[in-house]
Amino acid sequence: METKPLPVWQQVVRNGLIAGAAALLISLVGMVEVFSRRDIIFQVISTGHVMLFASILAFGYATAHQSTKRRPLFGVLMGLLTGLVGGVVLAALVLLGQVVNLRTMFINASPGLFQFLTFGDELAVGLLQLLLASAIAGGLGASFLLLPARLRNTVAQAALWVTLIGLVRDLLVTVISNWGPVRPFVAWIFARSGLSLVGAVFIFVLLGVLYFWRYGRRGLPGPERTLEQARALRIAKIGIIAILLLLLPSILGIFFSEILDNVGLYILMGLGLNIVVGFAGLLDLGYVAFFAIGAYTMGILTSPELGFANLTYWQALPFALLASVISGILLGLPVLRMRGDYLAIVTLGFGEIVRLLALSDWLEPYLGGTQGIQVIARPRIGSLELATQQQLYYLILAGIAIAGFIAWRLKDSRLGRSWMALREDEDVARAMGINHVTTKLMAFATGAFFAGLSGTIFAAKLTSAYPHSFNLLVSIIVLSLIIVGGMGSIPGVIVGALALVGLPELLREFAEFRYLVYGAVLITMMLVRPEGLWPEERRKLELHEEEEPLPEELAPAITSAD
Amino acid sequence: MAVLEAIKVTKRFGGLEALHQVDLEVKEQAIQSIIGPNGAGKTTFFNCVTGFYSPEEGDILLEGKSIVGLSNDRVTRLGIARTYQNIRLFKNMTAVENILVGMHPHLKTGLIGSILRGPAVRREEEEALAEARRLLRFVGLQGRGDMMSSNLAYGDQRRLEIGRALASRPKLLLLDEPTAGMNPAETQDTMNLIRRLRDELGITILLIEHQMRVVMGISELITVLDYGAMIAEGLPKEIQDDPMVIEAYLGQGSAQELAPPPPSFKDAPLTTKDAPLTTS
Repeated sequence: METKPLPVWQQVVRNGLIAGAAALLISLVGMVEVFSRRDIIFQVISTGHVMLFASILAFGYATAHQSTKRRPLFGVLMGLLTGLVGGVVLAALVLLGQVVNLRTMFINASPGLFQFLTFGDELAVGLLQLLLASAIAGGLGASFLLLPARLRNTVAQAALWVTLIGLVRDLLVTVISNWGPVRPFVAWIFARSGLSLVGAVFIFVLLGVLYFWRYGRRGLPGPERTLEQARALRIAKIGIIAILLLLLPSILGIFFSEILDNVGLYILMGLGLNIVVGFAGLLDLGYVAFFAIGAYTMGILTSPELGFANLTYWQALPFALLASVISGILLGLPVLRMRGDYLAIVTLGFGEIVRLLALSDWLEPYLGGTQGIQVIARPRIGSLELATQQQLYYLILAGIAIAGFIAWRLKDSRLGRSWMALREDEDVARAMGINHVTTKLMAFATGAFFAGLSGTIFAAKLTSAYPHSFNLLVSIIVLSLIIVGGMGSIPGVIVGALALVGLPELLREFAEFRYLVYGAVLITMMLVRPEGLWPEERRKLELHEEEEPLPEELAPAITSAD
Repeated sequence: MAVLEAIKVTKRFGGLEALHQVDLEVKEQAIQSIIGPNGAGKTTFFNCVTGFYSPEEGDILLEGKSIVGLSNDRVTRLGIARTYQNIRLFKNMTAVENILVGMHPHLKTGLIGSILRGPAVRREEEEALAEARRLLRFVGLQGRGDMMSSNLAYGDQRRLEIGRALASRPKLLLLDEPTAGMNPAETQDTMNLIRRLRDELGITILLIEHQMRVVMGISELITVLDYGAMIAEGLPKEIQDDPMVIEAYLGQGSAQELAPPPPSFKDAPLTTKDAPLTTS
């Protein structure tokens, strides 16, 4: 051990302190207490427990990983000690809370928190339990290292899924309860909050076995399929997904459809910004402006309250999209020569200008000022007015389908390659004959088009538009979901939107910690998985035809001449 | 007839005159070189020709027509392509994609066409891909087309840059130190490739080079720049013995000291880095 750069006991103390500090932080900001009310396994483990002990678990693993691989039991011991150090930090907080009234400074250092930390027991017994639980968490993390890779992956995956399923219990119960016959099963798996203990064990084992089996088959060749079979399979898969997507709102009900609609609007914006930032590499921090322009144009043209033009949604739609595209080009023109940071700042300003204009007294007769625009038309198809969340879902879905198709087609086109070339090296791209002016403007215009479309649906959904709906945070969320999903990746946008917009709405408790979690997630992503959750894939373009004899004139350059 | 003609080209950066009244003529299907000590203005000259810089005085003619003041991309469309001294591939794109970007001026599909992807667009893409694969083989990169260009070996990256430049179907190809950092075998391969560009594809080549074996081995005409001015022009043999050139490289007075026998570039080491001929 002496040869190691850091003695193992120092490692233990350091990791333990870090883990303890992380647990301390989320306790003091109030997350632990709020989430202690949401059980993952009913009355056994709450989300608060998971949050509290996750860092200790991780650092227990880290200690064992850093210290030794030769003496496994020693590693577990070190993990235990790391957990204990973390537990001591938490225990110190509890003790301090007994002596001093921490609430004058930390409003969330409430009796409820201390009660949760001491497992609802008396102080001395509770503290002992806390220390013990922390040590066990650290030890568990460390003993993870003892498992063979296959088992380790299995356990980690199964535990992750159990946590996730417990978290989104409400959604799942709503969905599954639609099918009468499975109701007893639902009651068996789920409890009033989270999973029942048997349910959790059942899911853990089921998923564990499944994953264990799949892990073993990794790298093995799949069943032989002819080209037609593979094609038929693909069509079948797409068909099933399409049918599911069409049925989704009736399965989910109004409340979850509302969440789904919000996610959909963000996906639509994400697809647009993904072209600007992901494909063309133009960092746009004022993207919400186009969303606003789409919404406001729709409002101006359809609202009888303002009385400019009482168009229907469909009549106004082309004008709203045109307005977005033109504003995209107008923003693009002055920033053509800017790169990176400068571009980001200018676009940031642009977004704010648009919002402030909508808010201004000067334009109040036209845009409604702080009052916004009301009575915006809803889209009608025949005699049917798309009014409910479930009906609007189909409009959003159609919008996403069109936007996704356009983005997908553009990505592998001459224009998509030009965007990527400009992103990689603008000077060289221009030297390749790419006109940077038109190419960049097309990126801005296409991106603005999607955001504008999203804006019109947003306005029609609320039948109103207020300036405060279009603040900087919208731009930041859209940018974040692209980064989390994977820059330049189209499925990444969907994954990112589900994770950053869908999950926080499902877990209402998140609301006040939303941006704290965003920050943590972004930092973690950049450190651990900078390519995103669903990274962009490259199409294979070169057919592998080396076996073919090369024609004479094409013989490789490596033929000696002299 | 001259493919490229530079007439009294002068380029200034503030008070510094990077190029001073440079005259240069590149004959059709020639392989010509520009040499000179570091900072002599060789790359600046390339940047003027490709439209990246605009010279303050003088004129540059491509096949008799002036290209001064045209933007970078316009010049490329007129038939001049280049490679870079420090490799500048599109790093996060595959080798094939790099070449496809090079083909940009010859493809027509626009925004709407890309989205609809009709039969004409599909045919154009297929043809472009076929040509990209053909170019890939021409520069000796078959089988590596789907690799990220940043993952290619150094020599392969240089060759891919040449492939990308070829994709724009240039009349004139400017190579900026195509063998920099290469070992003797790679250097030899690159020299063969350059000859084949001219012999098989009929492309006129103007290159900047520091490796004397390359310069003397493949150039038909050499132009020597020093402090932005042309100090000599001639056949490799003439340049080797030119006292002005030797002084430019070694400093004043060196020509007399070394006069009998004149230093022979043939015996010079492969790279100028450790050779006595550099001014560093």
